[in-house]
Amino acid sequence: MNAHTGIGASILRKEDRRFITGKGNYVADIRRPGMLRGVFLRSPHAHARIKGIDTKAAAAMDGVAAIFTGADLAADGVGGLPCAWGVSNADGTPMKEPARSAMAVDKVRCVGDAVAFIVAETLEQALVAAEAVVVDYEPLPAVVSMLDAIRPGAPAVFDDIPNNTCFDWECGDAQATAAAFAKAAHVARISLVNNRLVGNPMEPRAAVAEYDSGRDHYTMWTTSQFPHVVKVLMGNFVLNIPQHKLRIVAPDVGGGFGVKQFLYAEEVITTWASRKTGRPIKWINERSDGFLSDAHGRDHVSEAELALDESGRFLGLKVRTIANMGGYLSTFGPNIPTNLYGLLLAGVYTTPAIHCEVKGVFTNTVPVDAYRGAGRPEATFLLERLVDVAASEMNIDKVEIRRLNMIDASQYPYQTPVIVKYDSGDPKACLDTALKEADWAGFAERKAASKARGLLRGIGVCTYIEACGLAPSRIVQSLGARAGIFESATVRMHVTGDVTVLIGTHNHGQGHETTFAQIVSEMLSVPTDKIEIVFGDTDKVQFGLGTYGSRSLAVGGTALAKATNKIIAKGAKIAAHMLEAADTDIVFEKGSFKIAGTDRSKSLGEVVGAAYGLVNFPIDVLEPGMEEKAFYDPVNFTYPGGAHIAEVEIDPESGVVELVSYVAVDDIGTVINPMIVGGQLHGGIAQGVGQALYENCVYDEASGQMLTGSFMDYCMPRADNLPNMQITTQSTQCTHTSFGVKGCGEVGTIGSPATVINAVVDALSHLGVNHVDMPATPGRVWRLIHNSATQLRAAE
Amino acid sequence: MREFAYHRPGDLQAAVALLADGESRPVSGGMTLLPTMKQRLAAPPALVDLSTIPGMAGVTVEGRTVTVGALSTHESVASSPEIVACIPALASLAGVIGDPAVRHRGTIGGSVANADPGADYPAAVLGLDATVVTDRREIGADDFFIGLFTTALAPDEIITAIRFPVPDAAGYAKFRSQASRFALVGVFVARFGPFVRVAVTGAAPCVFRQKDIEEVLARDFTPSALTRISIAPSGLNSDIHADSEYRAHLVMVMARRAVEQALGAPARP
Amino acid sequence: MKVELSINGRAVSADIPPSLLLSDFLRENCELTGTHVGCDTSQCGACVVHVDGVSMKSCTLLAVAMDGRSVTTIEGLAGTVGAELHPMQEAFHVNHGLQCGFCTPGMIMSAVDFAKRHPSPTEGEVRRWLEGNICRCTGYQNIVAAILAGTKAMHAPQGD
Repeated sequence: MNAHTGIGASILRKEDRRFITGKGNYVADIRRPGMLRGVFLRSPHAHARIKGIDTKAAAAMDGVAAIFTGADLAADGVGGLPCAWGVSNADGTPMKEPARSAMAVDKVRCVGDAVAFIVAETLEQALVAAEAVVVDYEPLPAVVSMLDAIRPGAPAVFDDIPNNTCFDWECGDAQATAAAFAKAAHVARISLVNNRLVGNPMEPRAAVAEYDSGRDHYTMWTTSQFPHVVKVLMGNFVLNIPQHKLRIVAPDVGGGFGVKQFLYAEEVITTWASRKTGRPIKWINERSDGFLSDAHGRDHVSEAELALDESGRFLGLKVRTIANMGGYLSTFGPNIPTNLYGLLLAGVYTTPAIHCEVKGVFTNTVPVDAYRGAGRPEATFLLERLVDVAASEMNIDKVEIRRLNMIDASQYPYQTPVIVKYDSGDPKACLDTALKEADWAGFAERKAASKARGLLRGIGVCTYIEACGLAPSRIVQSLGARAGIFESATVRMHVTGDVTVLIGTHNHGQGHETTFAQIVSEMLSVPTDKIEIVFGDTDKVQFGLGTYGSRSLAVGGTALAKATNKIIAKGAKIAAHMLEAADTDIVFEKGSFKIAGTDRSKSLGEVVGAAYGLVNFPIDVLEPGMEEKAFYDPVNFTYPGGAHIAEVEIDPESGVVELVSYVAVDDIGTVINPMIVGGQLHGGIAQGVGQALYENCVYDEASGQMLTGSFMDYCMPRADNLPNMQITTQSTQCTHTSFGVKGCGEVGTIGSPATVINAVVDALSHLGVNHVDMPATPGRVWRLIHNSATQLRAAE
Repeated sequence: MREFAYHRPGDLQAAVALLADGESRPVSGGMTLLPTMKQRLAAPPALVDLSTIPGMAGVTVEGRTVTVGALSTHESVASSPEIVACIPALASLAGVIGDPAVRHRGTIGGSVANADPGADYPAAVLGLDATVVTDRREIGADDFFIGLFTTALAPDEIITAIRFPVPDAAGYAKFRSQASRFALVGVFVARFGPFVRVAVTGAAPCVFRQKDIEEVLARDFTPSALTRISIAPSGLNSDIHADSEYRAHLVMVMARRAVEQALGAPARP
Repeated sequence: MKVELSINGRAVSADIPPSLLLSDFLRENCELTGTHVGCDTSQCGACVVHVDGVSMKSCTLLAVAMDGRSVTTIEGLAGTVGAELHPMQEAFHVNHGLQCGFCTPGMIMSAVDFAKRHPSPTEGEVRRWLEGNICRCTGYQNIVAAILAGTKAMHAPQGD
């Protein structure tokens, strides 16, 4: 074996070659014989009753194979799209869970709601026919703002759901929190908005479906982060297709970020229509349709109060949040602003009493669900903004107030007042390293240099913790998950000693084909180029829950390690037989099974050969072959955390904020591949910076129209919006995953919005600014500067 | 996009004839027209591709006039040694249009004819008092831009070249929309002896001259001359990216920066 | 409508509707699916190819307008240097300049054109050039590093 390819090695990615040579296999690249093209006709109204849909003229047009409406789906017994995670109201009653048909039948509830599926020989024929479908809408008053939605007399998104309220959820201890506030020396308050985001993976969603009438069997290729879950949800709950008659393939997928971890109507309808038409159908979302149909993220309005004693110790935290659910409940929608939000409000602090109330609200907007970080960036943003406000009001240094309240490394495992129990961490160490890496002490000098160039410089710090590695089934089922969230992996050793791993997580950019190979390489001493990672095909991989919630390595990787250990255990038995020794005397070291304390050994290759060779194999006591599978259901979440520091320069004339430096120090547990981890951090931070400075999904409150429906108006961060980021890992080990891994996919997105906004506020603090809503666009920042200058002049 | 007929005429006269129906559209780079057609917001029956008509690309300098062929790409203007030498502000303006791939294909004639309110070239054409040369006449910049996506061109009229007088000093400062990278506000300032022209793009439905800034700069062509004046927000665009008050403010900021550049300061990225 | 052009060094003639975009022609007619389409507003750059050696957005070009021209896609890039991988492709691999891979073909094609024009670029020049190429995965950091390295490799003396 040549260079070390196991844990800790920054080996180059095995999956790169197909992507850099244009040989990737994305859903849009798939072509089936006789394939039709499908397009969805989407509602131009935010809220309207459908009085009728006339498809006659369109159906008669050139090349049109079929046009389907919601009524056709209903007539065929197609079920509604299920919500996979329910939450309860504070009084214990269940949330309101309105039925969601795959295509609108009686009413459309947001701009972009699909009303007809047009299938034709060519895409252009389908588009032309779509223009000829006549939908008779009776427009209804729409409501897009959450605050408006809960006002008396607001338009009802669902006729039978009062006050547009899906749930009134709470966590923590109201009484204890009230008591804490009663003895507070100071209470810091903040009101803030967590802006709505559109995830926008660069590959638009797509599906190709094919029904084989000879076998009564369906195959669907889809841009999904969790093909097995699509198979269960769609087959079992919506289309009533037996599981053995349905194959879901998620091939190369061009980014997910949560957007592709839901069951979407388009997947259901394309699959169903392939049977109705008897021909394969390809549907590819246009980007502008993606804005109107991909589940969105964030969208909270919150008020929070932090009670402190005179020394600045946190005594209690009260949070009231209104969270937008959109026009329907998406697959995990209710879980995001509740369990993945309220349970993280302790942060890395010892706040003894927390109470959080969240109201989930329906509006005439695209459904809101998980987007990278999902709940945790919102919790971190609120908490870390509030800490800065408290520090400034109490005139305490913002680093010192954090250090004063931090959980000490010696206090782990640490039970928070909001259910979760952190297993490991050392937030002070991360903070100290970040301060050093960022040269915190030298900031005053840099600020003066910026000032000399006419620019306002600010520095921001944020510490965070997240709960990921979704998920411990026992815990999440108690929180409303309607299934367990374990993972499974199979290790298949070929007769030659090469390895195929089949795993239920999905690689769409995270480098799994490399990282998982490194785990097997480490354990079996097989070089990574002899290991292939197979994923994304329900006919190949027995089961899996997919990739989201930074779970792949922590949960999938642990399942993989367990399966690999089974390989080693079995190999030891075969080696014992070959070496005529007792099983218990065999040790596995550097790729060889040895009789402990002797030089007698058999290589892994020899053992695998024997497993399949069947010459003198003890077939009556041991199964031949070398393939093992394992499931892993974690006992707890994993809790990555860290400290981030950013500096910004603001041009006071134009209001432009430039992010000039970014330092991240993260505790993500054991690092398998530092190069890949660096990339995950860069990308995660860029998305958080996007939320802080650039991205915002805006609806017109009067019409319910989306005003940011393309990249022309929704600002995607570009290369010239970002600095080189400085990434350091400073890890403690997770106590319950293989190798102590925690997960790194979301940490960048969780820590960065608060870090950047804290820096922006710092730069403007001399003007009396104590909060800036995201995104801190030039217009918004200029307005703050301008208003404070105007007030200043008035005061003079 | 909808089906259409496609013509690639060999000369200007043939092109004009093909546009006679008033609905067919000329196309050169297609950087605006094709996206519009893809979004099904336009469906002309025919496209008349001008891009291979000979003699309509390239830069010539005669005396104090720079003539830019209508088919010259943004990139060719940005990197033209003649333009860099004579009107560096025009070259740097061309270098901030769209993105590189767009600059390699989009043309000055197409941009000027389209008169997008957020386009950069109209500011240079108006600011430099350029002459738009068409297949049939010459149109002064002050008469050319009429309104939102509206110019003095007849439906079948084709721009063949833009003639720019060489100023004594000029500068262009662009404030980009963060999302689209179009000009939220762009100000082109040019001084010809005692006369100063100031053209503003992005701020209103159509590029316009700001005469009070011109007058101040004619007296004192320095950034500091502009610190005491402001312009009214009324009539300026107001949208989610910038309200009219902010745009009015940005006009003054960009005007000062354009003057700085005209006086030799490097353009800010 | 008849069109004759060169694609990745191979003469291609086809009879196609004028409305066919170059990106669709490449993907559907030529089965060159390495050229991707990530938006409908000509902004994302996943579709960038070279036309006569110059980077352009194939989603905003009519295929018929490519008559007589030479188009290079990501599939043909290595062939232009007669190697298994173009130095820019190699640089993206070595510098971890890609994650999901969807923007990568356009990113690499754009980068190669940049490198030809900027033999010794600054980081800022690379970042500004990428205005028309959007990546959602990488935060651009390793893309920028890859382009700086790839540019150096492209301009390295022969035999280096």
